Amino acid sequence: MTLTQSSIARSPRLGALQSDEVEAATPEQSKDWPFLHAPDALTQSSAAVTKAGLRRELRIFLTNPNAIIGLTFLVTVVVLALAAPYLFPGDPLEMVARPFLWPGQNPDYPLGTDSMGRDVLAGIVHGARISLTVGIAATLIGLTIGILVGAIAGYFGGLVDDVLVKLIEIFQTLPSFVLLVVLVAIAQPNVLTVTCAIGIITWPMVARLTRAEFRAIREKDYVLAARSLGYGHVRIVFREILPNALPPIIVTSSVMVAGAILMEAALSFMGLGDPNRVSWGSMIGAGRDVIRTAWYLTALPGLAIVFTVISLNLISDGLNDALNPRFSEERR
Amino acid sequence: MTALLEVRDFSVAFGASQPVKGVSFTANPGEMLAIVGESGSGKSLTALGLIGLLPRHAKTGGEIRFEGRNLLAQSERDWRRIRGRDIGMIFQEPMTSLNPVLTVGEQIIEVLRIHERLDRKQARQRAVDLLELVNIPEARKRVDDYPHQLSGGMRQRVMIAIGVACNPKLLIADEATTALDVTIQAQILQLLDNLRRDLNMAVILITHDLGIVAQWADRVMVMYAGRKVEEGLPEPVFTDPYHPYTRGLLGASPRAESGHHYRDGPLIEIPGSIVSATGEKGCAFRPRCPSAQASCGFAVPALRQIAEDRLAACPFTPTRFVSQIHDASLRS
Repeated sequence: MTLTQSSIARSPRLGALQSDEVEAATPEQSKDWPFLHAPDALTQSSAAVTKAGLRRELRIFLTNPNAIIGLTFLVTVVVLALAAPYLFPGDPLEMVARPFLWPGQNPDYPLGTDSMGRDVLAGIVHGARISLTVGIAATLIGLTIGILVGAIAGYFGGLVDDVLVKLIEIFQTLPSFVLLVVLVAIAQPNVLTVTCAIGIITWPMVARLTRAEFRAIREKDYVLAARSLGYGHVRIVFREILPNALPPIIVTSSVMVAGAILMEAALSFMGLGDPNRVSWGSMIGAGRDVIRTAWYLTALPGLAIVFTVISLNLISDGLNDALNPRFSEERR
Repeated sequence: MTALLEVRDFSVAFGASQPVKGVSFTANPGEMLAIVGESGSGKSLTALGLIGLLPRHAKTGGEIRFEGRNLLAQSERDWRRIRGRDIGMIFQEPMTSLNPVLTVGEQIIEVLRIHERLDRKQARQRAVDLLELVNIPEARKRVDDYPHQLSGGMRQRVMIAIGVACNPKLLIADEATTALDVTIQAQILQLLDNLRRDLNMAVILITHDLGIVAQWADRVMVMYAGRKVEEGLPEPVFTDPYHPYTRGLLGASPRAESGHHYRDGPLIEIPGSIVSATGEKGCAFRPRCPSAQASCGFAVPALRQIAEDRLAACPFTPTRFVSQIHDASLRS
């Protein structure tokens, strides 16, 4: 006698509803074995995920609405910057129309013209090239120096660590913007020197982060295992430890791009940017004198900076959520 | 037959403390030597010394002759050539001993490419063969898995595959099965046993599980407070333990076959802890020894040959055997 039949027999009231109840009674059986579970969605997915790694993190990143907004805006800026020579051929520093055209006054110049009659929209689009180039290149320089120094200090420890930490501290005790101004003032201000100078003042942050990660990871069992297999230091540093230390560094680097864009803008605002190239900072600097009468000249490039930096920060947050194992577990 | 590994009077010191105090033993090709002892007896440091991975500030003494070469007198460069190729090592925690960001295939391929100079395709084929050798089902698919997709037993198999990838002459298994459950433990030990026979590889099994030793080892070495206190074939050592420490260890482990179980009566504890041996003159086991005499405090008892293939470091002939200890505990 099956279990369904017996349960029906015990409750004769159900006899009339038998055909319906047989179906309903079947799941009832499982209550006899509360500790036995059929494979549920969670165990299934963890068993079936064959290429978890990056794809899962990408998925978490792409389901984060803030990150999507940031990414969309940044991609737009990048595309505009790349297309600038085609959208606005010619030098954006050239006078093209009557000065102080307000936005919307002349459909040929939708964002108006500045005090010298230069097209503001062309300036913003061309300025994006400088801002992004400097931001990304300076971050790459800062990352390269910072990761190298931090990795060496954190991995080897001891005297090497002491010396390198002192070096990092020397850079960190100097007010970074003052150092930046001095560096650019000594060298001729152009895109290359500004980029290098920003890279030089941002590396200590990366170095400290990398060092902390390396110090933690070098004690891991798999590093000892790698040493027991006869791997050299270079291989252990770059192949075993660095990939494991990367997530926080990647997150920081998107904030660093934002910081570098701001620094470049600040330098240009002070007139220490490349005088032959238009940038958002130099546009704000040029509009400063007429801020009472033509505030749009400072506000528009200012908004460009604000939105770009916000979008980079949103991307950074999204990356943090996706790459930080603690957060990504919660979100799963 | 000349010994593959000959350790003579090996000691490790950190400043004033000396956790390993002059240990001598040999390992022959294809032999499984077990080193047993409680935590702090110096077995893991001995293992790390054998592969040259002691912390930098550790001072070593004595000699480790591997195929006639003194390993302790070698440069770091020579060490790298030996580690992974001639001497392999498996660690306790399979969960953390594999690099989480590399696939298991990549980790096997890497060691093959370094030591055997195989090209990528050959190395990959060897990696699949090795995974098959350690009985991983569907090796061709599993080779592209990340460590987190494998179970603990599987990961330990992968560790073994990496350890034996270059056909080492000596494999050190430092508590290699401690983190695994009992059925997996038996499988892993069976695997190690098969591999050492197939590859004519000596295995040094470091453990505190006497059951493992009794079943799998060819020879047993009991360590206490940095010294070897007893050595012999497993059968005589366990049926007729000579040193009071070995007797204590046996009394402290539940054994089903003798009908003695911790439910029937308390297991016999060895009183005190290994820490009480520090700063003690004479026999380090004296404070915890049930049959200690005044003369035990004068000098460290030397190892004596008490039978063929049998060494013990206690000057007294044991009066009570384990069975009697058990009886006593049952009566009390």
